[in-house]
Amino acid sequence: MSANTALAEKYRNNFLKEIEEQVEMGDWVKMCMQCGVCSGSCPTNFQSAWEHPPQELFMMIRAGKREEVLTSTSMWNCTSCYNCIVRCPRKLPITHIMHGIAEYAHRIGMAPKMQATRFFSGLFWKNATKTGRVNELKLSMGLYFKDGFAQGVKNGMAMQSVALGLVKAGRLNVMELFGGHKCKDQKGIQAMLKKAYEIERNRKAAKMAG
Amino acid sequence: MADIKVAAYICKGCGLGDRLDTDALVKIAQKDGKVPLAKSHDFLCNADGVAMIKNDIASEGVTHIMIGACSRRAKTEAFYFPENAVARANLREGVIWIRPDTDEARETTQEMAEDYIRMGCGEVKAMTAPGGNPNTGGSKTMLVVGGGVTGMTTAIEASKTGYPVVLVEKTGALGGWAAKLYKRVPVHEPFKSPADTGVGELVSQVLGDSNIKVYLNATIAKTDGAPGRFVVDVATESGATHTEDIGAIVQATGFTLYDMNKLPELGGGKSPNVVDQAGLEALATAAAAGDGVIRRPSDGQPVKSVVFVQCAGQRDTTGQHLSYCSGYCCNASIKQAMYFKDANPSVDTTIIYTDLRTPGNGEDFYRSAQEKGVIFTKGKVAEVVLNGATSTVKFHDLILDDSNAAVVDVDLVVLATGQVANSGINIDAPAAAAEEAGAEPKVEVKPISILNLTYRQGPDVPQLKQGFTDSHFICFPYETRRTGIYTAGPVRRPMDIAQAREDATGAALKAIQALENAELGRAAHPRSGDLSFPKVRLEGCTQCKRCTVECPFGAIDEDEKRFPVFNESRCRRCGTCMGACPVRVISFENYSVNTVGAQIKAVDIPDEFSEKPRILILACENDAYPALDMAGMSRNEYSAFVRIIPIRCLGSVNTIWITDALNAGYDGVMMMGCKSGDEYQCHFVKGSELGRVRLSKIDDTLKTLNLEKERVRDLEVAITDIERVPEMINKYAAELVAVGPSPFKGF
Repeated sequence: MSANTALAEKYRNNFLKEIEEQVEMGDWVKMCMQCGVCSGSCPTNFQSAWEHPPQELFMMIRAGKREEVLTSTSMWNCTSCYNCIVRCPRKLPITHIMHGIAEYAHRIGMAPKMQATRFFSGLFWKNATKTGRVNELKLSMGLYFKDGFAQGVKNGMAMQSVALGLVKAGRLNVMELFGGHKCKDQKGIQAMLKKAYEIERNRKAAKMAG
Repeated sequence: MADIKVAAYICKGCGLGDRLDTDALVKIAQKDGKVPLAKSHDFLCNADGVAMIKNDIASEGVTHIMIGACSRRAKTEAFYFPENAVARANLREGVIWIRPDTDEARETTQEMAEDYIRMGCGEVKAMTAPGGNPNTGGSKTMLVVGGGVTGMTTAIEASKTGYPVVLVEKTGALGGWAAKLYKRVPVHEPFKSPADTGVGELVSQVLGDSNIKVYLNATIAKTDGAPGRFVVDVATESGATHTEDIGAIVQATGFTLYDMNKLPELGGGKSPNVVDQAGLEALATAAAAGDGVIRRPSDGQPVKSVVFVQCAGQRDTTGQHLSYCSGYCCNASIKQAMYFKDANPSVDTTIIYTDLRTPGNGEDFYRSAQEKGVIFTKGKVAEVVLNGATSTVKFHDLILDDSNAAVVDVDLVVLATGQVANSGINIDAPAAAAEEAGAEPKVEVKPISILNLTYRQGPDVPQLKQGFTDSHFICFPYETRRTGIYTAGPVRRPMDIAQAREDATGAALKAIQALENAELGRAAHPRSGDLSFPKVRLEGCTQCKRCTVECPFGAIDEDEKRFPVFNESRCRRCGTCMGACPVRVISFENYSVNTVGAQIKAVDIPDEFSEKPRILILACENDAYPALDMAGMSRNEYSAFVRIIPIRCLGSVNTIWITDALNAGYDGVMMMGCKSGDEYQCHFVKGSELGRVRLSKIDDTLKTLNLEKERVRDLEVAITDIERVPEMINKYAAELVAVGPSPFKGF
């Protein structure tokens, strides 16, 4: 994309329209009045975890900064505490918009691949839907080995005493590594999820088609 | 002053009888005050006490009354004797409430009370009962200058109240700016869309009212006289002059938009596709008359993208443009963006603002614009680059801190340039500065006088530094520094239609108050109802012109021999002329160099070995004196060595009082007046400022008396300084101990 066409896209309503149509609650973005109460209220913001606080993301959407918004890690840092929703003087459902943008970025493949929240969400979903029960041992091990085998071993060694403590207390079963427990009607769960996927796919396809 | 008989009354109520030796006070009044009739009463302000005084007036022939009780600000209805001269000694708020109730304090507290009795007796003997200004006029007609929304509303409101109105409009039609608007910002629920201006209805109401006489294409050729008896010459287009007798004047001459040609960097004047807000209203009105599509002025193509630049030439810190915010333009731009969005939602509308200010119910209107898809961008516009029919608006995005932000392919740029007051000639502008401006090759239009007053101080009402007419925007918003002349609407401060209509109503009521008071020979404000007025002993006058120059209200003209001519109805009774007069020939019946001088001299000054200093406080009756009274109500104690005299204004202080006090052996003098300067709180606008200028020269006097300059202190006091004032007094008293006793004691 040449600099000229990038400039031409900038400050047009296009990206805002895209967000309004594609993102859940996206039609609220235009109502932000840039007071910054959301950013000030965010409990994670003091750690500078946010590349762009919510009101800045909204301004970037209006300014047509498509690439920067969708590849941002910012919306993935939301912990859903709902402080911003409670405090927003314009009553914007900010938490929902954050999740909406994250979901959209994921859907169109622009979300940062190894972002921890996003990675964990995928891992959890796969783990839980396989047997209908969450296998905690496999879930935590998957997370340990996220950044490669050597790092995984290191992470495991660091958590050794905690793990042994859990085993002693009967809160962690080593045998879970082999198969693990399941729900009674595993097939029924799978069928239910399949149906849900289908409904969701149709809904989004219709949305994408406009 | 034939046959005065003075009586003194000492009250024992409110604890005065317990804390003070009232029998001694009665004796002081008789012996030191030389009052033949002195009495005490258990409860002076009750029916029995007041009846006693009234009986003495009737049967004993008492003409002058000294009441030693509470502050002069309290019980004014009970102690109301309009036929008599009345002085009040403040024994309650001024003595027992500010002193501790202890045995050791008893002596100094009693001394304080005794001095106030002596002072009251001295003051009342120097007074006469005010009789009212005889030089009155009874015209009840109101002149309204300007036929815009403000002027028409003033006329309608005054007419509804029963006062005839003469309305003078410069152009050929009523309506003013508002008549040029396509629509106005909504003032009714749900505040979502632009509304009809309502100007047509106002015009027909004015034209249909037989009580309102309208002059179109007319100007004011001359304004002469005073409230209640103004004589105004109205010049019409034909060259004829009509003379009208007028009681009071409301100037509603409105505003002009700041000239966008002064903003070439924003494209002002360089392309027809860059317009100001009035330009867009014209485009919208033309569109409404046609197919409803707002078109680009250069080639008539429909506008697909429009950018509104807020604060264009406003809130400027460089000194080149307007320094202030006009307050109405954000709402106006939101309204104008809706013209586009309501007709066609696919038009891109961007409002670039630094701070979006939407007073009134503008917040709902703002929200409605966001719902309609108007884009609001916080940024500062640097430049509008014209490329043929379209332009690029370059700006610094203040949220994303992007200094290279831009909106491209913009069909129309609207500059929100703000209001400049049509306030006539700036009479305070130094002549040299005007000449300098004339030397530059500027095409500035020389302002034309609006009222053409025949006043000595100039043909128009005084202005603030930004050119709006001078009025305190909180305390007395419509009152100009010319009594009986009021300003309303954007000539007074920038505002929108809703605020202007409110202003118009307020000014109409103020003008009615002024003409009614003028007929009765009373002051309008802030000493509303005051019957005293300045009297001058012309045989002593040296024609120095200080009074005519200094009067903050232009009340004093000069005759051909340069003697002052007092127009009493224009006077606000501040006494600035009295303070200015070097030969002390100006006085009021109940307030003069003598009434205050007598109080200063009446105080008993203990000798230098007594360790009882005496401090004179001259306290402004508008702010400082109420603050001192309230300090008493809150029982905030202060030194027993001060003697407080209320004055009408710091401007009324004649330096002879200070010289007299220091000569008499006072150790120090404190002056308490209101804040002066651009953010003045003075009730007489310039009084405290003029007083301070005079006091700044007191150092020379001190030098000739061989006294330390700490002996005179000038202090700024606000009405809220209830705790600060006692602290200031105590601090000063402590300082004076360090300076030592005055060497003038005992002479």
